[in-house]
Amino acid sequence: MKWFRNNKTSKAILNVAALVAGLLLWNFGYSVGLTIPSPIEVVDRFILLIGSGVIIGDVGASLQRVLVGFSIGTIVAIPVGFLMGWYWIARGLIEPYVQFFRTVPPLAIIPLAIVLFGIGEEPKIVVISLAAFFACVIATFQGVVNVDKTLINAATVLGAKDGSIFLRVVVPSSAPFILVGMRLGLGSSWATLVAAELIAAQQGLGFRMQQAQLYYQLDTIFVGLLLIGFLGLIMDRLLLLSELKLTSWQERRVS
Amino acid sequence: MNRQTKIEIRALKKIFPLKDQDFVALNGVDLDVADQEFVTVVGPSGCGKTTLLNIIAGLEKSSGGSVLVDGEQVSGPSPERGVIFQQYALFPWLTVRQNVEFGLKIGKKSKKETRETAQHFIDLVGLTQFADALPKMLSGGMKQRCALARAYAVNPKLLLMDEPFGALDALTRVNLQGQLLQTWQTEKRTVLFITHDVDEAVFLANRVVVMASKPGRIKEIIDVDLPYPRHVDLRLTPRFGELRNRVWAAVYSQELDMASYGEQVSGRPAQKKQEGK
Repeated sequence: MKWFRNNKTSKAILNVAALVAGLLLWNFGYSVGLTIPSPIEVVDRFILLIGSGVIIGDVGASLQRVLVGFSIGTIVAIPVGFLMGWYWIARGLIEPYVQFFRTVPPLAIIPLAIVLFGIGEEPKIVVISLAAFFACVIATFQGVVNVDKTLINAATVLGAKDGSIFLRVVVPSSAPFILVGMRLGLGSSWATLVAAELIAAQQGLGFRMQQAQLYYQLDTIFVGLLLIGFLGLIMDRLLLLSELKLTSWQERRVS
Repeated sequence: MNRQTKIEIRALKKIFPLKDQDFVALNGVDLDVADQEFVTVVGPSGCGKTTLLNIIAGLEKSSGGSVLVDGEQVSGPSPERGVIFQQYALFPWLTVRQNVEFGLKIGKKSKKETRETAQHFIDLVGLTQFADALPKMLSGGMKQRCALARAYAVNPKLLLMDEPFGALDALTRVNLQGQLLQTWQTEKRTVLFITHDVDEAVFLANRVVVMASKPGRIKEIIDVDLPYPRHVDLRLTPRFGELRNRVWAAVYSQELDMASYGEQVSGRPAQKKQEGK
C-alpha cells in the first residue's frame, strides 16, 4: 500500500480506526453482560440531559470554576516565576515553599480549604488556583533561568539596561516555557476541579457524577466522564494552538 | 601609525578561580590599537582571546591591569563598542528588521530615523529581500550578516568580533571577509577581530596579534604591509604567503612546544609575580 505512509491522512485513518474499534469493544462488553451501559444508552442519556438543561448548567458551573481558578493561579504564578528566575534573593526566599507545597497534591488541601472557606465556591477556586499556580510557577522560573546568556549580552552591548533586557529579552525568550506551564496548569486545574466537585458542590460535572453514583445511573456517569475528557481536550488544544502561534519563531523539529 | 590610540591595554590580567588551582586566562597583556585600525587576534584555543575581547567589551571584569577605550576606563558594556558573537546571537522572535532596529529603539531614536537607519544597513549587508523574515529562515551566513547590520546600526566606533565567521563554510567566509573589508573602508571604524584562522587573520588585518596559552599572553605582533583594498586574489601573492607563514609559525611553534612540555605548564600559581615588560 503505497499511500499508507507516515503522513497526516494515514494517521487520521489510524485514529478513526482506533476509535471505532474502541466503540465496538465497549459495545461487545455490554453485550456479554458487563454492568456498563451501551454506547446508544449513553447517547440517549446525553440528549435527555441536554434537553432538561441540567448538563448545560453543570458544564457552565465547572468551566467557570476552572477558568477563574486557572486565571488566578496563572496570573500570580507568572510574576512570581519571573521574580524567582531574575532575582536570586527572591529565589532563595520563595523556592523552599514552592518546592515543598508543589509535592502536596492540591486535593489534599481540600479538607483544609473547606474548613477555612466553607463549602461555597471559594474553597474550590482556591484549590484549583493552587494547582494551576504550582504547575506554572516552576515553568516560568525555568524559562527565565534558561534564557541564553549570549542574548542578554547581545542586548547589553546594544545599550539595553536591566529593565529593557527583562521586557525585550527575558519575557519573549521564556514565553515558550510559560505556555507549556500554562498547559500543565490547565490540565492540573481540570483534574482538581472534578475531584473538588465530588466532595462539595450543588452543581457541576463532578457533582452530577456523584449524584448518579448514589442512584446507580451508570449512563449519566459515562456522560460525565466523556464530557470531562472532551472539554479538557478542547481547552488543551486551544492553548496548544495559541502556543504554536505565539512561539512560531522557535526552530523546532518537524513532527 | 600616527593616529590616535583607540584601545590601550596595560598589564591586563584575568584569573578564573578554580577548585585546586587558579586558571590564568590572561597575564601581562599590553596592546595598543590605533583609531580606525583593523587588528586581528589569532591563537590556539584556550589562549584567552575571547576573554580579552569580553573584557574590552565590558562583559567580563579583569583581575588586574587596565583597559582604556578613548582614554576612559572600561567599566561595563556600551553601545560605543559593538560586539559580533560567534553564535550570531540574533533574537529569534524578532524579524531581521526588528533585530536591526533593536539597538536603535533602546537608544530612543525617532521612528523615522530607526526605520531609515535599519533599512540602510539591511540593504548594505544584502538582506533586503529577507528584511521581514525570522532568523530561523536564514542560513548561517545570512544570520551573521544580520548580526553585522544590527551592530552597525548603533554606529559603534569600535567593533569587537569574536570568531564571527568561524561557523561558516569556506566560500561564505571568504565572501563575508570581502564585505567586511569593504564596509570597514567606507565607514572607518576600529575593528578587533578574533579568529583561529591564520589565513583570515592575515587577509583582514593591519596587524596580526598572535597569542599563546598557559598563561594567555601576546606572543608576537606582526604588521601586515599589504595595501587595501584587498582582493581575494591577494591570497595567491608571494608576500601574502610569507606573512601567512610567519603568523602560522608564531601560532604553531607554541603548539609544538606545548606537546613536548606536557602537563607541567598547565596553569601557574595565581600569586606568581608578573614579569616585567
